[in-house]
Amino acid sequence: MKSIRSIITSLTLLLALTLSAQQTPAPAQQEAVLITGVTTHIGNGEVIENSAVGFAEGKINFVGPASEAESGSYGKVIEGNGRHLYPGFIAVNSTLGLVEIDAVRATDDIEEVGGIIPHVRSLIAYNAESKVVESMRPNGVLMAQIAPRGGRVPGTSSVVQLDAWNWEDAALKVDDAIHMDWPSRYTRGRWWLGEDPGLKPNDKYREQVDEVFTFMKEAKAYLAGPQQEINLPYQAVKGLFDGSQKLYINVDDSKSILEAIERTEAAGIGKIVIIGGDNAHLVAETLAEKNIPVVVKRPHRIPENSYQNVKHPFKLASMLADKGVMVTVDVSGQMERMNTRNLPFYAGTVAAYGMDKEDAVKMITGDAAKILGIEEFAGTIAVGKDATLFLSEGDALDMRTNKVSEAFIQGRDISLETHQTELYKRYSNKYDNQE
Amino acid sequence: MRMKMWLSALIICCGQFLFAQEYFPKNDGVKSRNNNYTAFTNAKIYLTPDEVIENGTLLIQNGKVVAAGTNVEVPENSMTIDLTGKSVYPSFVDIFTDFGIDKPKRAERSNQPQYDASREGYYWNDHIMPEKNGVDHFSYDAKKAKSYLKSGFGVLNTHVPDGIMRGTGLVVSLNDEATNNERILNQESSQFLSFEKSVASNQSYPTSLMGAMALLRQVYHDAAWYAGGNAEVRDLSLEAVNANRNLPQIFDAGDKLNTLRAHKIADEFGINYILKGEGNEFERIEEVAATGAAYIIPIAFPDAYDVTDPAMAEKISLSDMRMWNQAPTNPAVLAGNGVPFTLTTSGLKNIDDFHSNLRKAIAYGLDETEALRALTTRPAELVGMGDQIGMLKPGYYANFIISSGDVFSENTTLFENWVQGKKHVINSMDVVDIRGDYDLKVNGSTYTLKITGKIESPKAEITKGETTYASKLDYKNDWINLFFDPEADDTAAFTRLSARITDPLGISGNGVSASGKSLNWSASRTAAFEDKASEKAMETMPVMPVTYPNRAYGNKELPKQQSYLFKNATVWTSEDAGILENTDVLVKNGKISAIGTDLSDSGAIVIDATGKHLTAGIIDEHSHIAAAAINEAGHNSSAEVTIEDVVDSEDSDIYRNLSGGVTSIQILHGSANPIGGRSAIIKLKWGESPEELIYENSPKFIKFALGENVKQSNWGSFATIRFPQTRMGVEQVFKDYFSRARAYHDEWETWNNMSRREKERNSKPRYDLEMETLAEILNKERFISCHSYVQSEINMLMKVAESFDFNVNTFTHILEGYKVADKMAEHGVGGSTFSDWWAYKYEVKDAIPYNAAIMHNQGVTVAINSDDAEMSRRLNQEAAKTVKYGDMSEEEAWKFVTINPAKLLHIDDRVGSIKEGKDADLVLWSDHPLSIYAVAEKTMIEGTVYYDYEEMQQRHEEVEKERNELVNMMISAKNKGMKTQAPEIKEEEEFHCNTLIYQK
Repeated sequence: MKSIRSIITSLTLLLALTLSAQQTPAPAQQEAVLITGVTTHIGNGEVIENSAVGFAEGKINFVGPASEAESGSYGKVIEGNGRHLYPGFIAVNSTLGLVEIDAVRATDDIEEVGGIIPHVRSLIAYNAESKVVESMRPNGVLMAQIAPRGGRVPGTSSVVQLDAWNWEDAALKVDDAIHMDWPSRYTRGRWWLGEDPGLKPNDKYREQVDEVFTFMKEAKAYLAGPQQEINLPYQAVKGLFDGSQKLYINVDDSKSILEAIERTEAAGIGKIVIIGGDNAHLVAETLAEKNIPVVVKRPHRIPENSYQNVKHPFKLASMLADKGVMVTVDVSGQMERMNTRNLPFYAGTVAAYGMDKEDAVKMITGDAAKILGIEEFAGTIAVGKDATLFLSEGDALDMRTNKVSEAFIQGRDISLETHQTELYKRYSNKYDNQE
Repeated sequence: MRMKMWLSALIICCGQFLFAQEYFPKNDGVKSRNNNYTAFTNAKIYLTPDEVIENGTLLIQNGKVVAAGTNVEVPENSMTIDLTGKSVYPSFVDIFTDFGIDKPKRAERSNQPQYDASREGYYWNDHIMPEKNGVDHFSYDAKKAKSYLKSGFGVLNTHVPDGIMRGTGLVVSLNDEATNNERILNQESSQFLSFEKSVASNQSYPTSLMGAMALLRQVYHDAAWYAGGNAEVRDLSLEAVNANRNLPQIFDAGDKLNTLRAHKIADEFGINYILKGEGNEFERIEEVAATGAAYIIPIAFPDAYDVTDPAMAEKISLSDMRMWNQAPTNPAVLAGNGVPFTLTTSGLKNIDDFHSNLRKAIAYGLDETEALRALTTRPAELVGMGDQIGMLKPGYYANFIISSGDVFSENTTLFENWVQGKKHVINSMDVVDIRGDYDLKVNGSTYTLKITGKIESPKAEITKGETTYASKLDYKNDWINLFFDPEADDTAAFTRLSARITDPLGISGNGVSASGKSLNWSASRTAAFEDKASEKAMETMPVMPVTYPNRAYGNKELPKQQSYLFKNATVWTSEDAGILENTDVLVKNGKISAIGTDLSDSGAIVIDATGKHLTAGIIDEHSHIAAAAINEAGHNSSAEVTIEDVVDSEDSDIYRNLSGGVTSIQILHGSANPIGGRSAIIKLKWGESPEELIYENSPKFIKFALGENVKQSNWGSFATIRFPQTRMGVEQVFKDYFSRARAYHDEWETWNNMSRREKERNSKPRYDLEMETLAEILNKERFISCHSYVQSEINMLMKVAESFDFNVNTFTHILEGYKVADKMAEHGVGGSTFSDWWAYKYEVKDAIPYNAAIMHNQGVTVAINSDDAEMSRRLNQEAAKTVKYGDMSEEEAWKFVTINPAKLLHIDDRVGSIKEGKDADLVLWSDHPLSIYAVAEKTMIEGTVYYDYEEMQQRHEEVEKERNELVNMMISAKNKGMKTQAPEIKEEEEFHCNTLIYQK
């Protein structure tokens, strides 16, 4: 008996192994689904107890009290039994799919050569079959903005959903934004030449800022003209001037934030988003007044310096939100790709240090969608929007209770298995079979 | 008495023969000698800092003092110099300089690491150069000498500032007129040491501070062994170590904690180091004073930062701001705590700044007599020349300063600095002192003229009634030129006056009026000059209190152990008792004294813990915070180094860890080599000194490592020559070292069992710190925590250990532990892992967050660790991830960060759970401790609260307030025209396994 079981297990494993390249993306939604008896976190700060959510052909068609749902019109009814339903979490400013193994250079497609290269597009390098990407889903992270990193203007990002055959399938919003790294007011001494490695005021700061805005001016002039010569970088920033693209500016200090706002306004760039924003709380009123959102740098980080509040990184997002600034949190930093699955817990930490729990959910769903400009079809659980949502045993912002049992992207019932769950099963079985 | 005189005479006699010129041929004239005396009379003479005579006479001959006192008979063949109103001090001595030594030449960077020494016949390490003699690299620098002479220095001790053992220094007189034969008073005056490697060699080892410390120890062991005649080869370095052993040993240590580190080595080997500090000794004055060592202290106080731009000011740390504010108190604090110290010009950008900084130190409380000792007698004694320099006593070198008055006063003029009886003029003594108050008569008007400042550079102020007139005074070669604007209005029309000074009581001369007419003028003195500067203390700023450590969030006073009674808490015992609701815990004398309900204790502070959770403090098995260095990567084994040498009690991450409920950590060596260094297991007692943090009777641990880091896979093409470069080689490294360690152990055992006679016939084995450590592992006295990733290498190390009959204690990281969990359980090794890290290198592509659960289920003792300063303050959350991944029970999950790591570290009899009799290392949480919403409200170690959330908020406000006050002080300093510096911002380094930094 035991040996037969072993053989079956081995066969299953063999099968699993051959398929283990990546989980097969789910097919389009066939039958209508109703999830009922759940606590629904809408993603706009509201929560509905004992509710139901229905969706068909990938779109949500019912949100309301469980008692009002017409279960008869759904082919499949999922009993929530008190579980929690959330809109898919959205990772803004991520680099998912651009690097597989950090230390293996051959798997690294994150940074292109050059300073101002807005024409470089992250989307085409996005590896929809990354094993790191599939590991997002068991934690409820279902959508992400994929951004290049590196030089002054490292390129153009796109927004994707995380269950796809290829980057075309994955794309939710192509070339949604241009990214920029604001020049630092400080530079580091070149230690290899015997200089003090500490930070010093950057003499080239002005010049470096001007370089970007001279480029923008040139681009604007070029775009107003006949464009007889193809100029890829200039063409790439067209959306900044017609309002179809946002400029994401990575900047921490308050003075530079104000400067970034003024310079972009003067350049005719309509929409900007601040990334990082370690000192954004000092200029929160201005940011709120001008409706400029902030993507707060990964809350799970050490304070920038020894004299900052010990809990500053945890508190920053709620300090900004309290002053009326729209915020989300990102995952950038060391080991950011594999850490992207911890996005819900970053939001949880923000909630632990001041933010209302539902607002913390909103921060990585409804507001993240608004920041990315995909709010028309994603971000909240609302009729007419994509059925990109998941069921968790409990509070999904807390690792104790974030246990995702089912997840849907655009109504497709996606697999929650990963390279990691397969290995878990493979070795659990190994030991079970030894007993 | 008579005997003494005889001796003095003898010394003087001998002294004369020291002059090399005596037997040198002379071809540019006749060779006559001058045996005249020079007598300096009517002076205030500082014979020593403590012995001052008024109206004294100093008699010198042939470069030496013959007599000094009030009753000195001046021989007939004397040249007499009247010093009425003037003072004479012994010239200053600086024993820490590189005067006359060229900057050592840097080795060219090579395209491969260099593991072996460049030299033959010497020690195996290029950075050990005790055989180097500074005198071989010395050439007198007359230009530099001038700047020293100008500041009052007469004798310097100089050395080649390069390497760990730097060889001998030499004592030199700043005597321009002599040759080196005469100037060099002692050509092997002292031996110099430091923790810094030589820039002249690329030899890798040591790559860290702790490596430098281990190296020094090994050198001392080797030197003793060599001295016993046990070596078969010659080693010129070891011979020099032994030859230099009785010289004063000057250790250029730097930071206060480094001075303590150097002292620790000195103590171990019965050596006295003279410790060259950095000027921040006041920050840990108790420990500094407790060394009993003499210190050499720079007075290069930092300039104020330019903080007029608030964004820039935001970047300067509180500790740097405080250093500007507090550093001038350092000499006074040292003196007040009885630390014997001497001052050095080292670190000053310009030696001319020496006096202004010294005045600052005095203004901040340094006693003037102590200052004088620190510049004369003490440095002389420290280099063993207290009988020749530093005082003005018969037989001493005639090295002295003639000044217009108090040598430390701003308005005092240094006239002459005599060295070996040779005069060096700084300012002419013939200059007539014209300072004083005068009635100035010009063109029928009478003004008040006040002349102040220094004799050689006086300043004028011309007033009449309430009006002050713009004026300028120029005084050179006995002529004064004075011009002023008699109209005191916007038009620039000056009256120009000049006169030759013959008698300062009455000055008269001619000049040109503002309208261009020639005129006569006169000034008659109405009052003599009073040096108010010497009476009026230099303006000082309020000094901010020093905290422990002296940085943001430091303690004004160290927190105290108290009795506490936690009432009505949910208590996570991490014991079989499980989780107890509504329970009281009593803490007394630093221990958990009772657990129960309705406890009471009249002496205890009651903490209402209703709705809160009380747990044992979190223990991080794998941390790299609170250390000044992490990796000794210079060899493939560095078992001789220990992190205990480099514990950094001032790392802000200690406080941050407390804020996350962490109370104990193991600071592991990094993973740069298969056999790493020894661990430090510490408690996070924020504010205490490094030694206080380390566990008493600490279990002994060592870090081993496997895989990509030790085979240098990710170090680039530069690092491809060190063995091992493959996992195959890693095994052989272990086999080789353990075989040698066994042989070493046996060799010593044989030796120890020999009779005395046998010992005489045989060579004593060499004491080897590295082998000693490895032998401890074989003897099961030291435990291995091994950095590991893939299953093959995990399996390999267990097999190697088994073949040498010991067990691996812990596999740390152990990300593929789940693949060999059964083998691990059988071997009896624990697993200390990350909750969910993966994909950062190739060897962690199969790392899974279920690892902890699988290992636990197979019976392995599992801990969740951080290896990361950020994650370590959220280890409660990381433990909670095992509930999500792998369905651990919450009680088990909590053990992963408390009792389990305590077991792995062999400290579970003291910490890791809430049990009567154990250390009261406790955390009070606002919520379920595994919840993302839990906030550590209080963190206690041995009944002392080292962190309190509310207090942290308050301290943050105080930090902001203090920064603001300091900024205002700096701005007012800038407005007074004092020097400022552009902000230079230090970034904190976060350490990981693969961090390669010599010292943070």
